[in-house]
Amino acid sequence: MQTPTLFALLLLLILVAYGTGFSRAIAAARSRGGIRSLASLPSYYGVHTALWCGLPALILLGTWLAFDDAIIRALVMGGIADKPASISGQNLLYAQIQNLAAGNQLGEITPQLQAAAAHLTSLRQNGQYMQTALILILSAGLGAFALLRITPELRAREKVEKVLRAVLLTCACAAIFTTVGILMSVLLESIRFFHAVPVTEFLFGLHWSPQMAMRADQVGSSGAFGAVPLFTGTLMVSAIAMFVAVPVGLMSAIYLAEYAGKKVRAVAKPMIEILAGVPTVVYGFFAALTVAPFIRDLAQSVGLEASSESALAAGLVMGVMIIPFVSSLSDDVINAVPQSLRDGALGLGSTKSETVRKVVIPAALPGIVGGVLLAVSRAIGETMIVVMAAGLAANLTANPLESVTTVTVQIVTLLVGDQEFDSPKTLAAFALGLMLFISTLILNFIALHVVKKYREQYD
Amino acid sequence: MTTMTLNAGPAVAAGDQAKNPAAEQNAVKTNAEIVKTVGQPFSDQAKLRMRNVNVFYGETQAIHDVSLDIGRNEVVAMIGPSGCGKSTFLRCLNRMNDTIEGCRVEGELTLDGEAIYGPKVDVVPLRARVGMVFQKPNPFPKSIYDNVAYGPKIHGIASRRAELDEIVENSLRRAGLWNEVKDRLDKPGTGLSGGQQQRLCIARAIAVSPEVILMDEPCSALDPIATARIEELIDELRENYTIAIVTHSMQQAARVSQRTAYFHLGKLVEVNDTETVFTNPEHELTEAYITGRFG
Repeated sequence: MQTPTLFALLLLLILVAYGTGFSRAIAAARSRGGIRSLASLPSYYGVHTALWCGLPALILLGTWLAFDDAIIRALVMGGIADKPASISGQNLLYAQIQNLAAGNQLGEITPQLQAAAAHLTSLRQNGQYMQTALILILSAGLGAFALLRITPELRAREKVEKVLRAVLLTCACAAIFTTVGILMSVLLESIRFFHAVPVTEFLFGLHWSPQMAMRADQVGSSGAFGAVPLFTGTLMVSAIAMFVAVPVGLMSAIYLAEYAGKKVRAVAKPMIEILAGVPTVVYGFFAALTVAPFIRDLAQSVGLEASSESALAAGLVMGVMIIPFVSSLSDDVINAVPQSLRDGALGLGSTKSETVRKVVIPAALPGIVGGVLLAVSRAIGETMIVVMAAGLAANLTANPLESVTTVTVQIVTLLVGDQEFDSPKTLAAFALGLMLFISTLILNFIALHVVKKYREQYD
Repeated sequence: MTTMTLNAGPAVAAGDQAKNPAAEQNAVKTNAEIVKTVGQPFSDQAKLRMRNVNVFYGETQAIHDVSLDIGRNEVVAMIGPSGCGKSTFLRCLNRMNDTIEGCRVEGELTLDGEAIYGPKVDVVPLRARVGMVFQKPNPFPKSIYDNVAYGPKIHGIASRRAELDEIVENSLRRAGLWNEVKDRLDKPGTGLSGGQQQRLCIARAIAVSPEVILMDEPCSALDPIATARIEELIDELRENYTIAIVTHSMQQAARVSQRTAYFHLGKLVEVNDTETVFTNPEHELTEAYITGRFG
């Protein structure tokens, strides 16, 4: 039986187990005087039976699927007398056998290969049978075992809750392990990069030109990995973005939370949040095709030299993109300031604006700072707008009218297209990624810390 | 949002009220029939004068035709079961109800003869004259000093730092908190105990030298010792201020007030000397409430 069919059958079995468990519990209760005599509600008996029936079988199925290819390969390769010594040679051989088994006749076919392919096919066939039989027997057997154990005294709820807790824990761990996994993969590649390029050169070098000579006779591609221009570029674009987003977002939040009437709020808040739903690539071509030329023309009309792709264009548009982020988070924290504080201030004869400036905002400040820091990490990590509007030139400049490039943009350009994964050029992307990861991690850490430290100031 | 009607309806004078035989008032049985307030709702030395006040939250009427005077240097206690409108009534006196959407106040309310609700009235100086202390202590998330200095600062009462220091010290002394906090004026006000916080709020209110202080159940979140201190304080404050206090504790009303007003379902049932209310209430609803038959 094919795996999807088996899976569907297993689900069916689980459903049946639930139903039988449920009705068996009710039947068991009937002789004792109703459902109240059961240790748990009937549905828990159903779930209990279903878990016995399904969980071990599903785990077995998962393990099987994870390992059966490797085992079959080991068996097939073990049956071949004169294997090539190298791993890539073995890989090639096994691929040939697999092709042959699938019916694709490529290259020279020896009787030995034929035999191996037949071996593979039969192993797969037997494996399939074995899998179906084992899983169905396990599922049905354990299901029946659980069914027989149903008595009014069985504390089904406690057992089900134990399993549920384990499931919840597994899910929580999945997120953590993913983070650790990402960090490890980035870290390992970065270490390889730092073998080729010294850390100090990467961190303090002022010149970024990641073109490596692939052949000895190639010219003009010396390779320079000073990341400072990228950091300053990122910093400048993010700073411009925050310069737009923080005041506009904060003030719109203050307006929405403190001044706007119900009707205005009902219309304005979703409208602002629509901004958050615009894909960044759309912002990107808005920046590249509308804002950047506009800035260039404007600069030229006042006699300034401006590149047609500028940090300013990317920063401005990125700022607009972040506005809803800042405004929505600030709106939430401003609304969370207790009304009693506002009443206290108003009761002393404060005007509305004094109340907002001197009481509400200071009370909400930790939350606002946290929101702004989260917005900063968003700005640092933003890629699409900068790719399209800020250019690719790694200029070390403080002039926002020149084109700059950022860490994220360089990661994209380094990894786009065909790459060899042992050249420093490609590995540099991982080092940049690591830097990005560390800086946003620090920002998030500070943000969380700030929010936590000052959260209990009121209430 | 609010309308002010000058002399709306037949204003009841104190003299008319006295002519009404008490027996006739006592015959009133059900709430719907309570038309007139028994006792002495009026004062010769009225600081605050309220006539025929009606308050609406949207369609619901929360206060029905209440007339009451609060005299100079007098403590008037407002008692009554929950939801009877005493807090709503209190919040009309410094227009705190303005912050509640859909709230409408009708009737004539004056402070020293000046209309409280009027198209030209600025609520900011009004609230500086009529201070308020709330049910739950609500110190600002600032230092103790800044909490008290907040009002004088926004009203420009003190021009120099030394003056401000003096106001802060005086207010804290008057609130009986100075000795406890003088060494930690720069610590956050939210770090004080509940009773200290409430006294801080009182100090904050008197720092702007109001003429009237409204207190909305100021002790309901406090323990008996802190409550006793606040009650003492109210008694001392009476020398300089007019005080209206809403309370759920009848003992408290008896201890701190000169006159007591009993509210019932948005109507003012009885106003009398505190002693009379608690020893010989005129209205049977008042009697039922103070003897604990409902409430």
